[in-house]
Amino acid sequence: MDQDVHRCKGMKDMLPDDMALFRHIEQTFRNLCQKWGYREIRTPVVEYLHLFTASGTLTPSKLGQTYSFLDWDGWSGERVVLRPDSTIPTARLYVDNLDGMGKARLCYVHNVFTFEPSGLENREKWQCGAEFIGGTGPLADAEIVLMAVDILKTLGIKNIEIQISHAGLIKTLLGEIEKDPAKQAELFDNILDGKLEDLKIEKGSELDRVLNLLLGSSGKSEGFLKNLESITYPILPAIGPAMENFIQIAELLSPVKGHFQFNLASGRGFEYYTGMMLQFNSGGVRIGGGGRYDDLFPLINSQVVPACGFALYLDTLTGMVKPPSSKGDSSQAIAVYPREPTRELIGAGFELCRLLRDEGFTAYLEPTEEEAQKSHRSISVRSKNGTMVFSLREKSGRPEKIFVTTDNLVGELAKVV
Amino acid sequence: MWENWLKLFKLALPKGRLQSKTAELLDSVGIGLDNYTAKSRNYKLQASSFPELSAKVFQERDVSIQVAIGNYDLGICGYNWVEELTSKYPSSAVVIVRGLGYGRGKLCVGASPDLGIFKPEDVASLNKTITLASENPNLAESYAARLRLKRFQIFPVWGAAEVYPSFGTDLAIFTLGPDKKLDTELVPLDFISSTEAFLIANRNSWQDMDLGRVLDLFSRVKFDEPEKVSYIPAASEVKKLKNEKIKIKNGRLSPDFRTLSPDIVRLALPDGHQQKHTITLLDRCGIQVGGYNAPAGKYPFETGMEHLVVKVIRPQDMPAQVACGNFDIAVTGRDWLTDHLNDFPTSPVKEIADLKHGLVKIVAVVSRETGINDIDGLRERFSDKHSPPLRVASEYVNTADKYCCYKHFGHYKVIPTWGASEAFLPEDADLLIENTETGETLARHNLIVIDTLMESTACIIGSTEESGHHGKRKTISSLVDKLRKAASEE
Repeated sequence: MDQDVHRCKGMKDMLPDDMALFRHIEQTFRNLCQKWGYREIRTPVVEYLHLFTASGTLTPSKLGQTYSFLDWDGWSGERVVLRPDSTIPTARLYVDNLDGMGKARLCYVHNVFTFEPSGLENREKWQCGAEFIGGTGPLADAEIVLMAVDILKTLGIKNIEIQISHAGLIKTLLGEIEKDPAKQAELFDNILDGKLEDLKIEKGSELDRVLNLLLGSSGKSEGFLKNLESITYPILPAIGPAMENFIQIAELLSPVKGHFQFNLASGRGFEYYTGMMLQFNSGGVRIGGGGRYDDLFPLINSQVVPACGFALYLDTLTGMVKPPSSKGDSSQAIAVYPREPTRELIGAGFELCRLLRDEGFTAYLEPTEEEAQKSHRSISVRSKNGTMVFSLREKSGRPEKIFVTTDNLVGELAKVV
Repeated sequence: MWENWLKLFKLALPKGRLQSKTAELLDSVGIGLDNYTAKSRNYKLQASSFPELSAKVFQERDVSIQVAIGNYDLGICGYNWVEELTSKYPSSAVVIVRGLGYGRGKLCVGASPDLGIFKPEDVASLNKTITLASENPNLAESYAARLRLKRFQIFPVWGAAEVYPSFGTDLAIFTLGPDKKLDTELVPLDFISSTEAFLIANRNSWQDMDLGRVLDLFSRVKFDEPEKVSYIPAASEVKKLKNEKIKIKNGRLSPDFRTLSPDIVRLALPDGHQQKHTITLLDRCGIQVGGYNAPAGKYPFETGMEHLVVKVIRPQDMPAQVACGNFDIAVTGRDWLTDHLNDFPTSPVKEIADLKHGLVKIVAVVSRETGINDIDGLRERFSDKHSPPLRVASEYVNTADKYCCYKHFGHYKVIPTWGASEAFLPEDADLLIENTETGETLARHNLIVIDTLMESTACIIGSTEESGHHGKRKTISSLVDKLRKAASEE
């Protein structure tokens, strides 16, 4: 092993083009969040480990993949983590700073850290998230879904598919088979994986039939849910309230009908959620997730606060979004150079760059013609008979154009850029 | 000379509890190693009957690390030390070859009786931050995760973990075995690993080298059936331990610090090489600590002073324990206080008196074979962009890290060790940060000192925050004055 400098395993560099795309997504997300009434927050990268262990959302295997360590204050054995998730820190922020203010529509662009053993995937991931804290009922759930779809559509994401499940329904259903909540997640995974041997459900029994119906089918309208309700309710009346909630959400989602699919089986990892659960996909690739998590706040020593939210996976979206070009784009930058290295021409060159930047262009001064002409566009500055003359040249080979006023020059640039 | 060493087939062997049985085993299979005895200070061994094999002796917990990082092809250590490594670093390049049938014991989780819990699942139901003391901090963390504890703090300790619940820690993870019975007042809750000796291999060596000749020798010997290493707690075993009669002499074996009156001063005394000096000092002050010099004297409490109770723990663990408020004052070395503060600069612990005895120097050491004579030479040797990172072995991990950083060593790695550190040079480390009293041990191992980091003597440490109890402050002040005066008489 030599001492060449490399980035850490599992970490990613973001080059100028990556950052342009990143900022475009981030800006689109922020603009739309603002229009939906969501205000941006940022939580620290480092949080106490117990924030996550207390909420019970870190399974032992997830805990093993969390970047936890003793920092300079760790003499008492209190560990800190690089945040593995954004929703729990947002809930902590609310309890710490905003408790008692009632509803809070909050959004963030955060990085989260999870150790991935091979190092082939990113261990630092970026999320654009929105949390509607204090938002109750189907209306808040629908707001979250509609807002996420609005953002994805504005970003130009094609083939948006939303898988919607319902944790409350799953929990009620599993409660009929297994009373211990800690074992329900494993049971649900086993059902989905077809490992039914240990379930002690008689093949062909009514419960078996209901399970097959609920977990084995999917539909695209509230009508599908109503059909399920009429068949399953008489056998499992306990599912009534959760199913009713699910149907009410579905009714409110009619504006995005065609994008969503109701599929209870998409609810893996449901322990964290209490109601609606979302998976956003595009062309079969997962691009986000979310749902309702009413039980989270009491687990971090707060009173009950209903909440729901979603997060979009920024790293995945960057592969699907094209940034619009703009005159401020550095690939369209204009290099200005003095024809001769005199104080007067250099001063005029700096002044021209400032003027171009004020007009929204990207512009900088290069010392020589050779350096300047490496750029897409270059402008030479010279003095003729006491007047400044500007010559615009393009790499594309268009004929050089000469201007004696900056107004004309800017007008021409506005046309070509 | 050591280039030849690198070509050999290499075996890492344990010091300590497994040493005599391992030596017997190696003799019985025909790999007799000269000087592999408890008294020998020679850590590099050769087998006269097996010239292509060489061996080095390490602390048991270092063996699994040395094999995993590929410095050794095979190693022998307790299964718990393999699990300690793999529980934190699951991709460690260790292959578990086979159990060797000796050193059998269990890593047991015990709870303070004051918690009133008897089953592992009861721990999570306690509405408090759970503290765990263990020599196996990674296994402790895995255990806390497995129980899904909402909030926990782990104290990695150098030894005597089973003592900790008597002064405030909730759980301790410690070893029980044929030669180590439960003699503390703990409620055994769970078993989480085995201490049986295991033969382990480096994964690359296992995949790429022909280890057959050595493995054949091991396979010829009939061992007892290897122990089942999956430790799902056996209810009957836990019950048996619960029912085991605890030997209580003179009432409680140890004073329970949590029930002490707030005016009582809690003093931690060191075991190991500082013990003799400390007894002398206490004698001069007229303080007799009953049991301190007894062979198994980990639980003394008779001090002859009304407002003073004492426990014995490792000097390395004292700064953290004082910082956490489990002790008011402690006698330790300035080296360990410094190492603690290098790790945790905001820790509320400070030196309050220099006891002047036990002078050691903390030094930077290299092998004479390297031809390096000073820090500049070392830096130059490792400054080339194609040279491997500087490997720094030390018990003082944080001091070594800070030193390398301040000396601008560039790309370096600190390898934590747990004793016998001089064995690491030159094959397994390039630089050693070590304490030395006379320099004789270093010279015997062909090592030279290239820098001195600090001098350390025994000292009294205490909290930076004054006790709120007037009586306690007075007792501490009087005790420290007596010890300081006694130290100056030396």
